[in-house]
Amino acid sequence: MTFLLFAEQMLNGLQFGIMLFLMAAGLTLVFGVMGLINLAHGSLYMIGAFAAAAVAGATGSFTLALIASLAAAAAAGALIELTVIRRLYKRDHLDQVLATFALILILSEGTRWVFGSFPLYLDVPSYLSGPVTLPGGIQYPLYRLFIIGAGLLLAVGLFALIARTRIGIQIRAGEADREMIAALGVDISRLYTLVFALGAALAGLAGALVGAIQSVQVGMGEPVLILAFVVIVIGGIGSIKGALVGALLVGMTDTMGGVLLPRVFALFMDPSAATTVGASLGSMLIYILMAVVLIMRPSGLYGST
Amino acid sequence: MTRETYINAALSLLLVLVPFWAWSTGQAYILTLCTKVAILALAGVGLNIALGLGGLVSFGHAAFFGIGGYAMGILASHAQTFDPIMDWPILIEGTKSMPMIWLVAMLASALAALLIGALSLRTSGVYFIMITLAFAQMLYYFTIGWPAYGGEDGLSIYVRNSFPGLNTLVPVQFLILSYVILGLALLFSARLARAPFGLALSAARQNADRVETVGIAPYRLRLVAFVISGAITGLAGALFADLNRFISPTMFSWHTSGEIMIFVILGGVGRLYGPVAGAALFILLEHLLGGVSDYWKIFLGALLLAVVLFARGGLIGTLAGREVAHG
Amino acid sequence: MAEPLLQTRGITKSFGALKASDAISLDLHPGEIHALIGPNGAGKSTLIKQIAGNMTPDSGTVHFLGQDVTALDTVARARLGLGRTFQISALAMDFTVLQNAVLGALGARGGVMRFFLPVMKDRALLARAYEALERVGLQDHAAMRTAELSHGQRRQLEVAVALTLKPKAFLMDEPMAGLGAGGSKRLTGFLDGLRAEAPILLVEHDMDAVFALADRISVLVYGQVIATGTADEIRANPDVRRAYLGEEDAP
Repeated sequence: MTFLLFAEQMLNGLQFGIMLFLMAAGLTLVFGVMGLINLAHGSLYMIGAFAAAAVAGATGSFTLALIASLAAAAAAGALIELTVIRRLYKRDHLDQVLATFALILILSEGTRWVFGSFPLYLDVPSYLSGPVTLPGGIQYPLYRLFIIGAGLLLAVGLFALIARTRIGIQIRAGEADREMIAALGVDISRLYTLVFALGAALAGLAGALVGAIQSVQVGMGEPVLILAFVVIVIGGIGSIKGALVGALLVGMTDTMGGVLLPRVFALFMDPSAATTVGASLGSMLIYILMAVVLIMRPSGLYGST
Repeated sequence: MTRETYINAALSLLLVLVPFWAWSTGQAYILTLCTKVAILALAGVGLNIALGLGGLVSFGHAAFFGIGGYAMGILASHAQTFDPIMDWPILIEGTKSMPMIWLVAMLASALAALLIGALSLRTSGVYFIMITLAFAQMLYYFTIGWPAYGGEDGLSIYVRNSFPGLNTLVPVQFLILSYVILGLALLFSARLARAPFGLALSAARQNADRVETVGIAPYRLRLVAFVISGAITGLAGALFADLNRFISPTMFSWHTSGEIMIFVILGGVGRLYGPVAGAALFILLEHLLGGVSDYWKIFLGALLLAVVLFARGGLIGTLAGREVAHG
Repeated sequence: MAEPLLQTRGITKSFGALKASDAISLDLHPGEIHALIGPNGAGKSTLIKQIAGNMTPDSGTVHFLGQDVTALDTVARARLGLGRTFQISALAMDFTVLQNAVLGALGARGGVMRFFLPVMKDRALLARAYEALERVGLQDHAAMRTAELSHGQRRQLEVAVALTLKPKAFLMDEPMAGLGAGGSKRLTGFLDGLRAEAPILLVEHDMDAVFALADRISVLVYGQVIATGTADEIRANPDVRRAYLGEEDAP
């Protein structure tokens, strides 16, 4: 494998990891602060993508589309939190899984009803398209670099929010002791809605950003959701740092595995078989990784017991 | 007799009358639907042992459903092409005999449940949910990349497998076969719940500390429950594959896991006939509403949400009221 | 003096910088009630967990019936005959009173991995269960759901389930917790009679019960046993008075 190809795949892995982080951050915040498993997170990703595609189609502006994705996902998140989610905080995990699974059904079929079964297209804007030459002679799509950059910026912003703002303190306190912050007079309901909407917005933005590279269709959030869960389990539930590390780990493993394994298998198998077996094993790799981490560190890499 | 027993009897009667009417009026399609209800109910009966009795939230039961289905697919496809599965070191040929297939399906699922359970049951809470999901996902991706048995497209088995003395292609005969198996599973499940094992398992669900202090290890109870549960769901998978004469990786998907859980919850988790009521309700919705609107799943989602938020006991729980202690 | 039934030697457990248990050595002799008292945060729960098998000590040993059980878990120790009641009742709430008692009898007898015959019709188990229920006075409530019992009745049931084990020794964590005056008196009377069958290591805050029942009292403060002796010796002990009462002198 050439150096160029390797570098390109590394960057792809990084980009994928950053996207996973945007998904995982919301998921881990909601679980850490509110103790809630939310399967419908993938639907918020999808809603963001659809909102972006719709607005881009109507106005032709990518910037407006991204703003729309944030707004739509945050609004959807807030609505869901106010109507359904807040009844689930005191319930056990089974109820949360079932209720949010029900939400997936409603949101997915609802989206299909509004937009139809055919995928929508979101185009990369002209000012972000085309390749860029990086040091070492690597040619890499500008848009993907944009995603990496935007994601890293958001990660920094999120860390700053958590570490330095009042909301951040409330979030961290809420993760440590839910009952205590209520006793201290923090408006819990408002905090929870805010956290949920924040997580939703991040997911929606991720959906929009990825929607330009892949297509925008119903159910696009589901594979990402599962991976996001794997990320937070590996990283440790409730830890943003864990979400970042876990996301990069998973992103890299999935991408590099999918690329390297077929090549390894091609050494002793015919190419088509090697590709299918390799890709298949590559997808399994993440779960094997998760199982290994869980066995060695049952609370994840940065989780608290 | 408790209220729940009456409801169970009524359900059984309904499940016999509907196909009888369909058979006498020659509606084979309805017979097939009833068979589907029975098979999906069987999958739910399996899950209910782990989930309802044991309190184990397994979001990866599709793993066993799929293993059962693929056991059937592998054995039958090799039989129909007269091509042995293995030549060396021992000769293993395919088979199209249902009893053989069911035995293999149940053993394979039980083994998988033993391995998956042994690892997963060391965790709890959300980690348990995730790790069971992960194992099912692994199998899902594995079968997608397995070209020998159709990969992503799945595999068709052209002729339904055989059962001694029956012509399994005749809808009513396959229906009766499925019903008998469901009946046996329900009987077993009822016995299990009332037996020492059931008492201890249920106690472990309610308070694991208590069980430890009387000298019983919860982990062992749960592992055995998980294995039994997996075997029954695996059997359902094999039957399902025979019903549709088709296997595909979708049998392993987390949507399938979710749907099996939906049957159990809608009908009443922990209730003997819960999976039966739930499967019947699900198929009813799918075919009544599905005929009206392509988006019937929105209604299913809303119903599930309503049940979880307001009618936690499901259909049977709501009708029968609080569960009466046995004995 | 008879060989102690239950014995800890040098039990030490630290959580980071906090030493929850500091070289604790205690024993329990046949026929006695040995009470363990101490202010909140003294480390009583941590000690009980290590004796029961829920927690492994960093160092030190636990001996039961002459055997080193330090490496054994709760289940194994229960099978050897260590009965236990919890501070917060650990009962199967959906079960009836009888079902909880039968569970205890089942654990004592073994044979859990049986799948076909109804357990609630097993005469031997029922007999043992009823025997325990009669001893605590709950036999008329056998068909009641545990969740519907009063707090006092739940404490009684807790003791009954421990009795089905026919244990060789009891570990009781605040059995009086939440009981009113009448309930405490009854339970005190009951435990008084129980000590002949199996000695009791009793963690308790209710000082009336402690001084009425205990043959010996050990005082735990900041993870250390600062005194062990009879009720009179403990009452007079200056270290104990300081720990509990501040620097006051008694009249």
